[in-house]
Amino acid sequence: MGKIIQVGMSDYKLAKAPDKLLTAGLGSCIGICLFDKSVRKGGLAHIMLPNSALAKNVANHAKFADTAIILLLEELEKMGCNRSRIQAKYAGGSQMFKFAGENNIMKIGPRNAEAVGEYLTKHRIRILSSDTGGNYGRTITFNPESGDLLVRTIGHGERII
Amino acid sequence: MIHDYNQLSAIQIDALKEIGNIGAGNAATALAQMVNAKIDMNVPRVSILPFADVPKLIGGADSHVVGIFFNVSGAAPASILFILPIDKALLLVDMLFARDIGETNIEDFGEMEMSAMMELGNILSATYLNSLSMFTQLNFTPSVPAIGIDMAGAIIDSVLAQFGEVADHVLLLETEFKKEKLDVVGYFFLLPELGSLATILSALGVNL
Repeated sequence: MGKIIQVGMSDYKLAKAPDKLLTAGLGSCIGICLFDKSVRKGGLAHIMLPNSALAKNVANHAKFADTAIILLLEELEKMGCNRSRIQAKYAGGSQMFKFAGENNIMKIGPRNAEAVGEYLTKHRIRILSSDTGGNYGRTITFNPESGDLLVRTIGHGERII
Repeated sequence: MIHDYNQLSAIQIDALKEIGNIGAGNAATALAQMVNAKIDMNVPRVSILPFADVPKLIGGADSHVVGIFFNVSGAAPASILFILPIDKALLLVDMLFARDIGETNIEDFGEMEMSAMMELGNILSATYLNSLSMFTQLNFTPSVPAIGIDMAGAIIDSVLAQFGEVADHVLLLETEFKKEKLDVVGYFFLLPELGSLATILSALGVNL
């Protein structure tokens, strides 16, 4: 039995099977899993914002979709993953609050989801599956052994993507 | 302008606690009147936390909560988040609608119950901001409430996302409301934007 490695908000962690990666309570944030199944290694970043270009403080690369993907790719290659075999799964990006009227900050979830898809495509990483949107939170567990991403919710079921 | 919350002095933190104390005290009285029960509160905590640690305050990112959120506009923009564990929210709904304790289940949590929770949030935040206005002579205008019922982490990350572009830490003025001393009813957070803190402190006469 491996251990379960917790990943906090705006943070990232790497794991090798049989260990698993978990991040709890994704709302507008997105959990991005990049992995190389042939070596059973992967990384999970819990990003908060779509891109670092507009931010005043970009020291934490795991906070933004664009910089987190680059960070994960570099770290995975250092761990012995083959860049051309790295694949992706991701989940999150919901809109948690019911708001009367329009509010830009509340649309951050869909903007995150869009950005993650775009940046992965830009880096030519194959997206195997994703589970984004809705108005509910997600807790995800990634298994580098099988490449399975387990998505748990409150009242919206449980699924493996 | 304060760029790093760690630069706050003890006297500034005390000043923030004091306004938090009076604001929350008035809010607790308003809450007690609404639910017709005695509501206590603790002395507010002022904490400067990395984002990742915030969900731990309220029982972990996975815990099931109700969150009521307000954008506060004016001279010192901020956010307000009132968070209740789901069972406490159900208890409050029972009290608000004069139902038997334990009568409302999560399945019954419909439009009417949500609207009651939002109204409760309205009264708490308006009372709190009134006290803050009196102390600082600044204007604070809360938005209409937004409500989310889900995992604590999911509710919190959606609120913190708007602070993410400028900071990795957040300043929280946190008050716990309790019913009959034991039960924690809810957590009230005031999250000033980075520049707002300087405005509030200088209005209180304890600027850097």
